[in-house]
Amino acid sequence: MDLKEKLVSSFMAFENKVDVDAPLHQIRNEAIKIFEAEGFPSKKDEAWKYTSLNSILKEDYSVFPKQENALEFSEAKSYMLHEMDTYKIIFIDGKYSSHLSQTTHDGFDICLMSSALNNPKYRLVIENYFNKVAEKDGLSSLNTAFATEGAYIHIKKNKLVNKPIQIIHFSTGSEEAVMLQPRNLIVVDENSHVQIIERHQSLTDNPVLTNSVTEIFANKRAIVDYYKLQNDNENATLIDNTFVNQKQESHCFVHTFSFGGKLVRNNLHFYQNGERIDSTLNGVTIIGKKQHVDHNTLVHHIEPNCESHQDYKGIFADKSTGVFNGRVIVNKEAQKTNAFQSNNNILLSDKATINSKPQLEIFADDVKCSHGCTIGQLDESAMFYMRSRGIPEKEAKALLMYAFTNNVLESVKIPEIKSRITKIIAEKLGVNLGFDL
Amino acid sequence: MLKINNLHASVEDKAILKGINLEVKAGEVHAIMGPNGSGKSTLSSVIAGKEEYEVTEGEIFFDEENIEELSAEERAHKGIFLSFQYPVEIPGVSVTNFIKTAINETRKAKGLPDMPAKDMLKLIREKAELLEIDRKFLSRSLNQGFSGGEKKRNEIFQMAMLEPKLAILDETDSGLDIDALRIVASGVNKLKSKDNAVILITHYQRLLDYIVPDFVHVLYKGRIVKSGGKELAHELEEKGYDWIKEEVDA
Repeated sequence: MDLKEKLVSSFMAFENKVDVDAPLHQIRNEAIKIFEAEGFPSKKDEAWKYTSLNSILKEDYSVFPKQENALEFSEAKSYMLHEMDTYKIIFIDGKYSSHLSQTTHDGFDICLMSSALNNPKYRLVIENYFNKVAEKDGLSSLNTAFATEGAYIHIKKNKLVNKPIQIIHFSTGSEEAVMLQPRNLIVVDENSHVQIIERHQSLTDNPVLTNSVTEIFANKRAIVDYYKLQNDNENATLIDNTFVNQKQESHCFVHTFSFGGKLVRNNLHFYQNGERIDSTLNGVTIIGKKQHVDHNTLVHHIEPNCESHQDYKGIFADKSTGVFNGRVIVNKEAQKTNAFQSNNNILLSDKATINSKPQLEIFADDVKCSHGCTIGQLDESAMFYMRSRGIPEKEAKALLMYAFTNNVLESVKIPEIKSRITKIIAEKLGVNLGFDL
Repeated sequence: MLKINNLHASVEDKAILKGINLEVKAGEVHAIMGPNGSGKSTLSSVIAGKEEYEVTEGEIFFDEENIEELSAEERAHKGIFLSFQYPVEIPGVSVTNFIKTAINETRKAKGLPDMPAKDMLKLIREKAELLEIDRKFLSRSLNQGFSGGEKKRNEIFQMAMLEPKLAILDETDSGLDIDALRIVASGVNKLKSKDNAVILITHYQRLLDYIVPDFVHVLYKGRIVKSGGKELAHELEEKGYDWIKEEVDA
């Protein structure tokens, strides 16, 4: 039985476990039908032309976690931002870990999707927002059909969340191969401000396939600052589907740092439903070996006077492959749009590949839109400059790569994240420069 | 200290240096002058170990060791310093962090531990003062947004920090206004000693009013075609390079 059949047939059993009378019942049923019709994407789909899931789908994944697994703080610590105070919503093999988490209902709800889905108190929010911006493609629908757990964050009007929120999904490898489908819902109401860090981490080499869906709603004048830290084990695959719906004058920043994993696909799609909206999508990808990272972005400018900024940097070593497909749509009504996109890449080996494809669809006539893409090698004269000062080749390379990604790192607003990321970069490049970059 | 015998070098199969002979002893200042395209910058890059240049004939000895097989960083560790005509910008890495890395990597190569932070700070303060460099300047990203003069002053600051045996200053005077030139030159003069040597690569005589050379060499078409004392520089300033070209081409 292939994975698709396995999932479709296990849906029945799953449905019996969840409350069939819930309003979600219908949403789930529709979703599984879409997945049944569409299945997993293949290279025949234009949006998946350069990314193949074939070998990944061959594993015999367990689709429901069989047991609850505990994790000591000491085992989890190094993957958490522990040097600062944060709210934490932590999952182990798809199950919530109250032991590692720190949630709240004081002024805002930072808690679990499972309680939000089952508690009448949250019904209105769920009805208004759940599955409202997520796309209805095969993968997102598959997640919707089985969505039971993840982070539920609702920041009510005029709140400044006093510390960042960490969402971490661990997998312990207690089963041979596991498929996880976290579902996060983030609603930020008028004038509120929140910072969120998301991470998926497997703790063994057992294969993990994560098909995650995150819906973010930034209401009027809300500010959402979101960081995705992707530095997983070599047998972990992540399909991250993140959909953002912005209302007028909201600002939403999503930073995606992709350093690890076997295959990562980021579907990051923004919809601007209001005027004077600002959307920022920044990314740094540094991979090697046979790793593959695919950024599929969309910014849909629907109304006038909005901006979007995309800045993706990639460094590819060995036989790694990267994809950047950045789509910008500017509706006829969306006059005075400023949409900028840039994708710069460095290939460190002859066998590394990057496929960069900007896709601008502009229907308005009074707009400023630009895109630029570069693919190059490390600058030889810069290398000579540093080496002539006594800095060895490896360290010189690291400094140059760091400099290359610097403008994205500069835009990180949480210093602890910035220093964590520069440490990961130094580790990846195998250097110790004796100072925090 | 530096001995160059019959040096031929080419880049992408184009011969640029065609038989250079030069000896620089400790305590000396040599100026290498010449018209554009004569091979001045190539010579400095070849001494510093730029890989794109291929030495096709001849040898370079530094402290009696043939350095042909050494990488640029190994030559730096032995005490060769090249001040660049066009220093490279490195966003996100401060002047301080860059020089710390350079110093500690050099120490590491010599089997020494990192310089204690306190000593490093003291040294930085001392050398910054010498070159009239503002403290704020040191925390800026290396060369990013620096004016021409700031870039050159920063090069000499790095030289002061690294205390090389042989400093090659490639067109350090270009892009400098008179005040910056004075500061840079007085910095170089203060760092000069009987144990180190300086090679000034320059197109104009201007710098040589401030840093007085013991020897002046004229490079043309990849060869040193004339050598003399400091008065040769004055002669070149007055008469230009044409008379030399005529002599050689005749």
